[in-house]
Amino acid sequence: MAARIAWHNLKTTLRLLSHNKVGFVGFLFVIFFILLSFVGPYFVPLDRTTKLDEIYAPISWQHLLGTDFSGRDVLSHVVHGGRDVLTVAFLAGAISTIIAVLMGSLSALIGGKVDSGIMGLADVILTIPQFPLLIVLAGLLRFNSPILLAFILGLLSWPSLSRAIRAQVLSLRERDFVEAARALDLGTGHIILREIMPNMASYLAVSLIFAMTAAVYAQVGLVFLGLVPLSGSNWGVMLQLAWTKGAIFYPKALPYILGPVMAIALFQLSLVFATRSLEEMFNPRLRTGV
Amino acid sequence: MATTIAEARTPAPAGRASMGGLLKKAVRNYVLRRFIVAFIKVLIVITLTFFLIRLMPTNPVEVYINELITQYGMSADEARNQAAALLSIDLDAPLSQQYIQYMKELVQGNLGTSFRSKGTPVNAMIAQFLPWTLFSVGVSLLVSFALGMLLGMWSAYRRESVGDHVVTTLSSIFSSIPNYLVGIMLVVLLGVQWKLLPITQMRGSMSPGMTPGFTFEFIKDIFFHAALPISTYILTTIGGWTLAMKSSTIATLGEDYVTVAKARGLTEGRIMTGYVGRNASLPLFTSLAISIGFIVGGSTLIEFIFVYQGIGQLLLNSITSRDYPVMQGIFLIITFAVILANLLAEFLYSRLDPRVRVAGGQ
Repeated sequence: MAARIAWHNLKTTLRLLSHNKVGFVGFLFVIFFILLSFVGPYFVPLDRTTKLDEIYAPISWQHLLGTDFSGRDVLSHVVHGGRDVLTVAFLAGAISTIIAVLMGSLSALIGGKVDSGIMGLADVILTIPQFPLLIVLAGLLRFNSPILLAFILGLLSWPSLSRAIRAQVLSLRERDFVEAARALDLGTGHIILREIMPNMASYLAVSLIFAMTAAVYAQVGLVFLGLVPLSGSNWGVMLQLAWTKGAIFYPKALPYILGPVMAIALFQLSLVFATRSLEEMFNPRLRTGV
Repeated sequence: MATTIAEARTPAPAGRASMGGLLKKAVRNYVLRRFIVAFIKVLIVITLTFFLIRLMPTNPVEVYINELITQYGMSADEARNQAAALLSIDLDAPLSQQYIQYMKELVQGNLGTSFRSKGTPVNAMIAQFLPWTLFSVGVSLLVSFALGMLLGMWSAYRRESVGDHVVTTLSSIFSSIPNYLVGIMLVVLLGVQWKLLPITQMRGSMSPGMTPGFTFEFIKDIFFHAALPISTYILTTIGGWTLAMKSSTIATLGEDYVTVAKARGLTEGRIMTGYVGRNASLPLFTSLAISIGFIVGGSTLIEFIFVYQGIGQLLLNSITSRDYPVMQGIFLIITFAVILANLLAEFLYSRLDPRVRVAGGQ
């Protein structure tokens, strides 16, 4: 329902979004980061030229975020460095949410051996500590494409969400409106997609965002450790270079370090804050006086 | 809820002898069942990681052989023999045979020997690195949990006040920033920009020449070296505990038994500790037990940043040198800790919350 309103009436959506102030600010920042990373590169050229006389230049009009270890403009690298991080985050989040929905609802609706099989698998994946496993996989597989990285992150992070979805489907399954749909013989596909999922929309949207923050944490962490050989400009690569080139220990390099650190931290923060607005938008029961 | 429990409990004394014995058996079976499931899980994870690690494209022996050929100009056969002798593994043995061999040694508590640090048992390496991780993460977990509970309750009691807004906002900010960014900023700000701390001296887990023991010098020294990792862990986890405790306390404050306790004229302090605090902290204790399992595994990035000699460092080193037995051993320890912690959480919950306790189990 809410989704249909959203498409047809942008005004209502905006009003709902802006109702929670903190959430709205978070939402605006998420949009800002998407524009910065996907549209920004067309306006800000990537600075690749080494300028030995401008190493670690302070903040100025010419270099709003200073320069790095070889005199390149930090701002241009921050603008160009978001695309991969955001893509991996969104892909990994989407993959893990889709698998979780499929596994969770199949588990709840079919039951029996399928249920215990899927939940057993989820249990085993949950038992293996995620980040150490990722480190081992990264060490052995050499994730050289962001897409592969996103797939692995998504494949490893669905279990806890699928458990929650299974529990929700089990409870929703017994509600009157689902009984009614079943009595009308509307089919399992219709029941899952039209009756059960819309009732979980707020939960799914919030879970997607939290899966995205987890993916940002994991991918930047792996890149920072030097285990993911991603090259080019990427916030994680910037951090890793700041570490290996010793910029961390160079007092004048503060603006250079702050560039990627603030970008990642602000993006994570705005995602988390945006969930507050999403919760209200999808869940009419939380809305007050709209 | 209360009445059903009372009803369920009253008939018990009638046939106590036979009923009690039977129920005890059932409980014991329940515990036994949980242990069997946990054991199977450990087995599955060991098997999975064993084959996962060995079926991956890059093989440590090949890496080593290549090193020998390119660096020392050995012939392929020579290098192969030398590698086999040095790494003490049978290269041509089929995987299944290697697996059986590994499991045989594992049953005897032997995790094998390191490939690269010649002849060093993995057990000894883990025994050397693990205590530092347990110490640094354990201390921070306890401090962060205790402080978070206090802050959360304080916030819940003063909700919508300025203090509550400050605490809640700071909590959500710090819990959403990745812990390694906080670690990097601590190094950059405290060590490099403001020069408040001697960052390079604080590296490692203790100063060279320090003898372990219950002396003031030693304890001061290990806290000096662990100070930055501990601060990072606390800063990034305390927010989560605070927020969880706050929402749990608010939910508990609305319960009927709190109203009844107030109506009975109990003192505010008694209600806060015995009624609200005790019930609100229940779900947090389960999370605490689960976090204990992640103590062992969740520290790689922080230990890397502060050059702290814990299990995370060891894992990283073993990956760069492709030291499979060490990797496998660390994995086993981490998984074991997680599974044990989950079991602990389950039993702890039933001990703390009489409603979950299996009827007649006490």
